[in-house]
Amino acid sequence: MRAAFALACALAAAGWWPAAGRADAVVADLSSHLVAITTGFTGASVVLFGATDGPGDVIAVVRGPDRPVTVWRKSEIAGIWANTDSMSFARVPSFYAVSASRSLGEALRPGVAALYRIGVENLKFEPLPPADPDRVAAFSQALIDTQRRAGLFSAAVGKVTFLGERLFRAALDFPANVPTGTYLVEVFLVRERDVVGGQTTPLSVSKVGVDAAVYEFALAEPAIYGLIAVVTAMMAGWLASLPFRRL
Amino acid sequence: MDIYLPIAELSVDIFVLLGLGAAIGFLSGVFGVGGGFLLTPLLIFIGVPPPVAVASSANQLIGASVSGALAHWRRGNVDLKMGLVLLLGGLAGSIVGVWLFTLLKRLGQVELAISLGYVVLLGTLGGLMVFESVGAMFRQRRPGAARRKLHQHNWLHGLPLKTRFRASKLYISALLPVALGFAIGAIGGILGIGGGFIIVPAMIYMLGMPTAMVPGTSLLQIVFVAASVTLLQAYTNHTVDAVLALLLLVGGVFGAQIGSRFGTRLRGEQLRFLLAMLVLAVAGKLAADLTIEPASLFAVAPDKG
Repeated sequence: MRAAFALACALAAAGWWPAAGRADAVVADLSSHLVAITTGFTGASVVLFGATDGPGDVIAVVRGPDRPVTVWRKSEIAGIWANTDSMSFARVPSFYAVSASRSLGEALRPGVAALYRIGVENLKFEPLPPADPDRVAAFSQALIDTQRRAGLFSAAVGKVTFLGERLFRAALDFPANVPTGTYLVEVFLVRERDVVGGQTTPLSVSKVGVDAAVYEFALAEPAIYGLIAVVTAMMAGWLASLPFRRL
Repeated sequence: MDIYLPIAELSVDIFVLLGLGAAIGFLSGVFGVGGGFLLTPLLIFIGVPPPVAVASSANQLIGASVSGALAHWRRGNVDLKMGLVLLLGGLAGSIVGVWLFTLLKRLGQVELAISLGYVVLLGTLGGLMVFESVGAMFRQRRPGAARRKLHQHNWLHGLPLKTRFRASKLYISALLPVALGFAIGAIGGILGIGGGFIIVPAMIYMLGMPTAMVPGTSLLQIVFVAASVTLLQAYTNHTVDAVLALLLLVGGVFGAQIGSRFGTRLRGEQLRFLLAMLVLAVAGKLAADLTIEPASLFAVAPDKG
């Protein structure tokens, strides 16, 4: 979380961030900076709230941490549908959702959405190794479609509502299968169809409790984890045979 | 009540898992089979990723086989020497199986291999069972069928490394059980099954072991091969969901006890016919999933590690 925040600060300091000049054009925060995945986790909602320095539109982009991903394409071989073609992408956001106070088309000029990568269709994926653009386009589209079906890329633009002229809020929803990691919530202030200010807030999605412990242990100490899994199953089988021994 | 499975990364109703465990336990109690060959496909049907289903089934299998192995051990129905020789092959087989599994996973073909493996396995098994149970129903009506010769000599008895297995009253080449164990271990590594339904007939017909010694000895080998598969999968692929395995075991314990008492009251042939139908239905569903054009031709796989 700290790394991401530092990154955001560094970006702002380097002047890349459009808000660097007018730092307080928009301020926003989250009702919680942690989405905790517990044993009974069925999804969560975090409230984004904030204020602008005057009238305008607000767009919020939620991005999960980038991950390398491989997209497989099936085709029919001897009557069986098998993975035959694939393309790997180095960095794909594991989660992506947009909320806006107006539809993106109305709120932004065409080039601006692409520049700030606002909206799923403006995400660019770099294939590894580089490939023919037509193929990249087909696989990128398939990646977007698949992630949309899985609920990891939002299919619809969420709603940012204004309370009066300057206060806004939005409910950011996370499905049960939300990937873990450090998320960035980017809030853009839009005037005259251009981005005039922005702010980035980190959000941590992590497994907590027994599940987190099991998961981390399984990755960190796979040999010991495997041994425990074996011994536990043996004990369970042995215990199970005890009460029924004399029956 | 939903429970989040840490490795499968999936929320599943806890009662679905307990019920699934109980159903598999019930089947194993009634038929004396491990049930792993049904457990893995059923886990895949409820949405568990195939690699996790395979590895966790192997983990569950340890617990499910331990109690049976212990029971046979107490009755002295285990040929320890034969078990250890089988295990020698089995451990080597499980290493090769898990290595193949890892390789297939990297090539993106592991899910296909698992599905295909199960279609072939369950299709063959179900077909044989239908054949056998229908045959048995016919045989009942005309008693006095010819008895088979107890022991026949063939080329298998000419192999080197002849060893005496006292408990089984056998003098055969040690290569036979090693090869058998290896094959079962390799299949177990890829499909997450104990292979009891393959190894039991093979021990009776191929090795010529006395029937009484077969279940205990095969269970002993299954416990350790499943343990080896679990360890290797946990170590190389991080696909063992211990929480899932434990929940299945808890359900399985009760199912098995009910099943074993139920089994003694029912007529064998009809029961086996029903199991055969169930096995064929699962094979059919898997085959359909492979051959019907999928709704989406694309699948996304995160590159881990």
